[in-house]
Amino acid sequence: MTVLEGWWAYVFIAIAGWLATDLWRWLGVLAGNRLREDSEVLNWVRAVATALVAAVIAKLILYPTGILEQSPLWLRLGSIAAGAAAFFVGRQKPVIGIATAIAVLAIGLWVLGF
Amino acid sequence: MDDSQTAGSGRTWFVAGMRGIFSLPAMMLMLSFVGFCAFTAQAGIPVEHVVFMVGAVWALPANVILVSSILGGANLLATFIAVTLSSIRLMPMVAALIPEIRTEKTPTWLLLFLSHFVAITAWVFAIERVQAVPRDYRVTFFAGFGVTLVVVNMLLVAVVYQFVTEFPPIVSGCLFFLTPVYFLASIWSSARHPVIYMAMVIGLVAGPFFYWLAPEFDILLAGVGGGTLAWLAERQWRKRGEVRA
Repeated sequence: MTVLEGWWAYVFIAIAGWLATDLWRWLGVLAGNRLREDSEVLNWVRAVATALVAAVIAKLILYPTGILEQSPLWLRLGSIAAGAAAFFVGRQKPVIGIATAIAVLAIGLWVLGF
Repeated sequence: MDDSQTAGSGRTWFVAGMRGIFSLPAMMLMLSFVGFCAFTAQAGIPVEHVVFMVGAVWALPANVILVSSILGGANLLATFIAVTLSSIRLMPMVAALIPEIRTEKTPTWLLLFLSHFVAITAWVFAIERVQAVPRDYRVTFFAGFGVTLVVVNMLLVAVVYQFVTEFPPIVSGCLFFLTPVYFLASIWSSARHPVIYMAMVIGLVAGPFFYWLAPEFDILLAGVGGGTLAWLAERQWRKRGEVRA
């Protein structure tokens, strides 16, 4: 496990975190009026951005850290499946899907003796 | 809505934005940050670094990638690339929000400053609610919400950090799981374009696939490869629809 030390940690976070994210926010402001909402370039950017975040989500579910590392994969996937089913039945209200997924996970962990 | 009655003062609208902290999306985000806090505490990242990250980076996916990269021992450049690629989505989000909230008099420096407070939750909240705010006060309203959300989450992380490691295993497990589940639900339900659904599904599959194929560049490849595939597929499907019509 590597943890950054001293002032270098703040420089590291400021460059690789702060600048790396605000760069796009600033470009977003400058593009604001110019980028056409229906342009094909924007559509592609949207797709890449969403796929990126989806890949992060999949990794968090398949390869979690901490306590969940020891939990069975079928329980995590089962929780997501139950949450997704409830989400679509419940007219795509986020809170319904989230509550169901977390409840199934909690019950599963409890039954397995965590 | 009648402007003469609802306009009020700038302070009224700033406070109205601040009150958004009690909305459901804000609550979900705060719980997700408690989960993120548990993740960083378990990983051994010092609390002052975590608070700095929350304020400086703000976007939760970028924060998660930043911490994962640090833990994986990635160097500055590799971390910068991973984080910046995950944040490209912020550009169209900001670009779509700006025309909704600015007036001709709004200075660009103010918009540049306020853009820092844009992330998924603040964006979804603002796009939804700003319609009911008189145009002259939309920037003020967003500032009230955005600034409050960031400051409250920084304080939350600072306070909660010392307790999260003592949480019962079931609680910390569920809090960790809240982050991916919350992102799945909020992105899917707030999507306004068909390509988002396609990219979401393909990205979920492409992530593990590229992790297996090339673990060092998995997120990057899944984003660019999976996203381009989703875009091509959706465009093909769209064109076929146009021909038929």
